[in-house]
Amino acid sequence: MRSKKKDYLSRFKNQATYYLMCAPGMLWLFFFSIVPMAGILMAFQDYKPKKGIWGSPFIGWENFEYLFSMKDAQNVILNTVIIAFAKIVLNMIVPLAFALMLNEVRRVRLKKAVQTIVYLPHFLSWVILASVMTNIFGYDGIVNLIRGLFGQEKAVFLSDAGFFRWFIILTDVWKEFGYNAVIYLAALTGINPTLYEASAIDGAGRWKQTVHITLPSLSTTIVLLTVLALGNILNAGFDQVFNTYNPMVYSSVDILDTWVYRIGLTKLQFSLATAAGLFKSMVSFVLIIVSYSLAYKFADYTIF
Amino acid sequence: MIETQTISRRLFLTVNTILLVLLAFTCLYPIWYTFCLSFSDKAATNAGWVTLYPIGFTTAAYGEIIKDTAFFNSFKISLERVFIGTPLTLIIVIMIAYPLSRSQREFHGRNVTMWIVVFCMLFNGGTIPWYMCMKNYGMMDNMAGLILSGSLPVYNVILMMNFFRNFPKDVEEAAIMDGAGKWRTLFQIVVPCSKSVIATITLFVSVYYWNEYFQGLVLSNSESHYPLQTYIRQIVVSIPMGVNLTTEQMIKMNQLSNKSLNAAKVFITIIPMLAVYPFIQKYFVTGIMIGSVKE
Repeated sequence: MRSKKKDYLSRFKNQATYYLMCAPGMLWLFFFSIVPMAGILMAFQDYKPKKGIWGSPFIGWENFEYLFSMKDAQNVILNTVIIAFAKIVLNMIVPLAFALMLNEVRRVRLKKAVQTIVYLPHFLSWVILASVMTNIFGYDGIVNLIRGLFGQEKAVFLSDAGFFRWFIILTDVWKEFGYNAVIYLAALTGINPTLYEASAIDGAGRWKQTVHITLPSLSTTIVLLTVLALGNILNAGFDQVFNTYNPMVYSSVDILDTWVYRIGLTKLQFSLATAAGLFKSMVSFVLIIVSYSLAYKFADYTIF
Repeated sequence: MIETQTISRRLFLTVNTILLVLLAFTCLYPIWYTFCLSFSDKAATNAGWVTLYPIGFTTAAYGEIIKDTAFFNSFKISLERVFIGTPLTLIIVIMIAYPLSRSQREFHGRNVTMWIVVFCMLFNGGTIPWYMCMKNYGMMDNMAGLILSGSLPVYNVILMMNFFRNFPKDVEEAAIMDGAGKWRTLFQIVVPCSKSVIATITLFVSVYYWNEYFQGLVLSNSESHYPLQTYIRQIVVSIPMGVNLTTEQMIKMNQLSNKSLNAAKVFITIIPMLAVYPFIQKYFVTGIMIGSVKE
């Protein structure tokens, strides 16, 4: 009887300890992630800063109706999807190609050196990279210097809307390809070497080995990463665009997040900006749920 | 291998190596370029003559920075943010990741807690509600805002949790047999054996605090409260928003700015990263891999 009571007590103590360990993190989450969600109400209100969130009148879906009727908003959503989609596709293909190329290198030191260097841009902020890119692609930058050597005139790249969209997409791929290759490289080391030996005896060259052994072995990883990336279709990269763009290229690279920032925090149309932000959050949330359940179904993948 | 393959194979390997070295070069070059600009003569940088090495070597830009109190003030704010924020975040992440790595049977609140945490990772209220809320909390213009307003980094919690999950059970059981409580098991047994994941998350969190500029921008009423990245953004990304410049105006603006000085500031901002990077990079690959695999 006594031992049972003691047992119960220690079990209670264990549970209490676990809850206590979670407490700081949960409090942080509560005040800085969950409480701000209450502000979503503003999307359904005609929010007036003077009246506050509890005093402003509710107007239903009016903000959303207005939002989707705006030409600006339609353009911005289109830009977002185009840029994000291109990034998703290229951020899968380029790191994969890079991992396969690196895998062919037999000199260990070269391999290590290349690997270490290509991770570096991932850790530099877009603020820094934007300033460097402006120097490189600017009017007096290197790109124009090289063009000059070939007898071409200086071009003003950074106000060229057509150029800028590709600039955004490709510089992002450049920044992240090394880091994105980490998972592929790890998967490559996991392939059973006897498969290669057996195929070599059967007369398969390196190219055939790549097509028939390496790629099929990576297929689960490739599908998994692609599916998980689908949740990012409205995430075109705020930090990058926000730090590199300028009013002359709004037509091709203004994305949802940057637009929300401008109408919300500089033009102070809080309700409209909240509605646009909520639209993005909702779509992303649904897509992520779908992609994660797909990932679970096909690859048995769970994040927790 | 078969003899006839050697020539094409060798050719492939050569081309492959050249391409890889070129790729690596493009990743290093922007940093090197910034370095060269910062040590070049102002006239040479503004004319765009610098390519592979400093032209008209001078330390004038750095001499100018030493007198720049605004720059050092921002530098100090960023350092403080990293050195207070990183250990704080790390402890909170470790503490919440450990109970979450238990099974539902061991910790009855595990699944509910996990759902809340993951929900917060996948869904957010958007920038505007977040901003209003931070304003109400009084997070403007202070260190608390710069450290806390990003909320709990859930991705790192999951990484840490998956690592703890793969921790050998018998070691923990032995510790408990010897009379260690949960706290002691966590901080004296589990944590000392988790160096790679802790190094990885230390890297991620400190890089986050060092690189973060947005909170500094919207939560500061005056430039004297800017962290370094926000300060850099202010001087470098100086094209005014909402104003439609003509192409000629843009070229002129580009030529008027002091590129050497800006490059020097940017380079100093990168230095801490470059200094830490070689020591930590060997950990993070294993850290990510172990953390993202779950048994």
